[in-house]
Amino acid sequence: MTLLEIKDLTVGFDTEDGLVHAVRGVSLDLAEGEILALCGESGCGKSVTGMSIPRLLPPDSTRLSGSIRLDGRELTGLPEAELRRVRGKDVSVVFQEPMTSLNPSFTVGYQIGEVLRRHEKLSWKAARARAVDLLRLVGIPAPERRINEYPHQLSGGMRQRVVIAIAVACSPRVLIADEPTTALDVTIQAGVLDVFRDLRDRLGTAIILITHDLGVVADIADRAVVMYAGRAVEQAPVGELFARPRHPYTLGLMKALPTAAAAGADGRLRLAEIPGMLPSSLSDPAACLFHDRCPRAKDDCVTAVPELAASGPGHLAACFYPLEDGSR
Amino acid sequence: MAELGVKETVAPVVSSGRADRRRRLWRRFRRRPLPMVGLVLVVAFLLLALVGPLVTPDPSLQDYNATLAPPSPAHPLGADDLGRDVLARIASGAQISLQAGVLSTLLAMVIGIPIGLVAGYYRRWLDPVVMRMVDVVLAFPFLVFAVGLAAIIGPSLRGVVFALGFAQLPAVIRITRGEVLAVREMDYVMAAVADGAGDGHILFRYILPNCANPLIVQATVAIPTAIIGEATLSFLGLGVQPPTPSWGVMLTIAQQYLDQAPWLAIWPGVMIALATLGFNLLGDGLRDVFDPRSAR
Amino acid sequence: MILRVDNLVKHYGAGRGAVVHAADGVSLEIAQGEVLGLVGESGSGKSTVGKCVLRLTEPTSGTIELDGRDITHLSRRALRPLRRDVHMVFQDPYSSLNPRFTIEQIVAEPLRRHGVAKGGEVSRRVTAMMERVGLPRQMLARFPHELSGGQRQRVGLARALILEPKLVVADEPVSALDVSVQASVLNLITDLQRDMGFSCLFITHDLSVVRFLADRIAVMYLGEIVETGPTDQIFAEPRHPYTQALLSAAPVPDPVEQRQRRRVVLGGEIPSPLDPPPGCRFHTRCPLAQDVCRTAVPALRDPYGGRHTVACHLVTDEKIPDATAAH
Repeated sequence: MTLLEIKDLTVGFDTEDGLVHAVRGVSLDLAEGEILALCGESGCGKSVTGMSIPRLLPPDSTRLSGSIRLDGRELTGLPEAELRRVRGKDVSVVFQEPMTSLNPSFTVGYQIGEVLRRHEKLSWKAARARAVDLLRLVGIPAPERRINEYPHQLSGGMRQRVVIAIAVACSPRVLIADEPTTALDVTIQAGVLDVFRDLRDRLGTAIILITHDLGVVADIADRAVVMYAGRAVEQAPVGELFARPRHPYTLGLMKALPTAAAAGADGRLRLAEIPGMLPSSLSDPAACLFHDRCPRAKDDCVTAVPELAASGPGHLAACFYPLEDGSR
Repeated sequence: MAELGVKETVAPVVSSGRADRRRRLWRRFRRRPLPMVGLVLVVAFLLLALVGPLVTPDPSLQDYNATLAPPSPAHPLGADDLGRDVLARIASGAQISLQAGVLSTLLAMVIGIPIGLVAGYYRRWLDPVVMRMVDVVLAFPFLVFAVGLAAIIGPSLRGVVFALGFAQLPAVIRITRGEVLAVREMDYVMAAVADGAGDGHILFRYILPNCANPLIVQATVAIPTAIIGEATLSFLGLGVQPPTPSWGVMLTIAQQYLDQAPWLAIWPGVMIALATLGFNLLGDGLRDVFDPRSAR
Repeated sequence: MILRVDNLVKHYGAGRGAVVHAADGVSLEIAQGEVLGLVGESGSGKSTVGKCVLRLTEPTSGTIELDGRDITHLSRRALRPLRRDVHMVFQDPYSSLNPRFTIEQIVAEPLRRHGVAKGGEVSRRVTAMMERVGLPRQMLARFPHELSGGQRQRVGLARALILEPKLVVADEPVSALDVSVQASVLNLITDLQRDMGFSCLFITHDLSVVRFLADRIAVMYLGEIVETGPTDQIFAEPRHPYTQALLSAAPVPDPVEQRQRRRVVLGGEIPSPLDPPPGCRFHTRCPLAQDVCRTAVPALRDPYGGRHTVACHLVTDEKIPDATAAH
């Protein structure tokens, strides 16, 4: 069942240098109980795509078009007041930095309770009891005690669990997690990823996981969308994506990882590089934006935009000359 | 949030260097209406102070036929109780204000920046000592402290400059030290230490230049404080003495004639307001331009 | 040995009598032309060790020998000529270059400071160095803010290497970079290291990065080294339960393999370095901890030879513990 449907989402920002094209016509959908990874490098538009859903973008300078439907309800035209009821209730967000996404002046219990009171109209007492349950749900030991602590008394991993507890307090349909484990150590990251897995399994929460880390994608996501320069270049179930990447950029990313190092001609380990740089976000040419870094590019890559096209079961790639099986 | 998605736009290969940096800053400045108003006011104030006295009559010249005269072609802003041209006195007063504002701020900067630099860089025993002294001085309201100093130094323009300069000192020291504390933690300072750079080199080539922007802003907002300070001290008789036409002195005189000749009070009052507004708007604009994150 | 650190201790005062045990008894060696990967999570003290080596922070006790010379107690002035031989590359490409200097000034700075070159010689060497790190000469007139993260990190490398140092301390030099940029900077570092032959203390939290470029690895936990050894051996046969946990926690970018790996899930959080646990510092999180681990401090030993040392009571002559089998 499709829960969230994004069609031709385009987001630009007015800056003093001109219009920055952050997202250039992205379409994707999210099923109930699915973990969808939005992955790519900085500047690919993955965060902006995610934040467009609850519209957490600077209102004055953002130009947004396209359609975002949650359960069939169009979100893009909603006035701010109605959107506020959507945020936290239907769609909630976990940010990267657990340090700054909690209010240092209030206890953990108060901050969770506040959300419950606002959206679920619970009494303080009921909210408190729920808060203890939520902390237990996200794997915080001794929640009855932790609930009275302030954010600075918690470690980074615990703080991020509290942030997640707040985000899922009102049982949102969609949880958007923007690089939720990037600020955490690896031994802590594993536990936090388990929390997301657990939420999906137990509450059926659909999760959009925004990450640059292909290891995290491989670990937890059901499906992944690879983005580059504001466009979705490839979309596939995770097993399929890693086994048979179709877009040259996806393959380039996978081969550039230190774990993929291969011995060069002189016997020393070398990494595959992606030559060149990200194109400027200030122009929006009708071309494949990866063409000048792509080993497979031909003339038409410079003159037309490749659309996402089927190239396997549930597998879409935006490339005129996609890779064949076994090119990994 | 404003930087979402814009953060790693790859630097395009365009013309570069210091000139380019300045052009960018100016472009950023120009787009903001209020700072531009501030700039216009400041430029007008500078013109009035620097050129005004050259084109207006002698501000001490007494025209006994025009005592307390309202504005007229002969005296565009009217004349005071001794028949002196108010426009000429406003222009000369602007010069006094400018001197008091700029010189006292300069004095505070010249003394305060080195103290702040040294206190922030070396810490140890010096920093707490300096900061406690700063705290003590800051515990007095700025004007009370300035009035006290002026009373000790004696009433004159020089006295005003010293009194206001010293009264501004604690703020300058504190801002400099705060900036130094932030900048000294930057990796590039660490890199200079690791390269074997000496303290002087680090202070003047690495730390001071990177503290410059907030200090320029501080100077811009210190000038109007000093302008008001000068007017206040002169109004109270602790500053510039009559017959020298300071705006504060003009207000003192105007008090007695509020009924007959209200313009005597209005013009200097309006001038003080416009000059301070101009510098403050300019300072806010500079702050935004130097640090785009603080904008709005 | 280019660098020999012996029993290095660094304690910081944290106010009200509290003491941060940033490094406690760290010993390590780096041979000529060798790359040592110093691996650890936040709070492990890995950066503190790097800063002590450069004397950017004063060690509480222990000795640091550079090229056979004890530099632990040298004055700043006496240290200055030695700074020609040791340089540092930083993590953050945004804060490690003076924003007020042009790229040319930044790269030329060490040359001028040590009076190594003058006039035309300076610009000749700067240009040559820029070429070596793969940056166009036109970039010399620019300011750091006009460069991308990867380009800035290349400038950082150029600055660190222009005096052809014997030792480079690199503190997470690629952690802030995107994968594709990181790949080219890592390739560059290995090329430069091979061509110029400098030794390198490479500090990182990322095991995949050290696997790529380190000859040997030292793993730190809460201020102590828990295991050291040749890179291949550490990856093939990690002996300390913490190393095993670290290796198993980093997700591999292959869903099939990743989802059937046996993982060591560590309980709890990294204890505060203000009050490190007694005995083995890892015992509070170790799935295999025994009574002895709670009281006795394990020493670094090399029970099987091959310069593969480990500090764990459970490693015996017969048996290596397996934390992945603990659940």
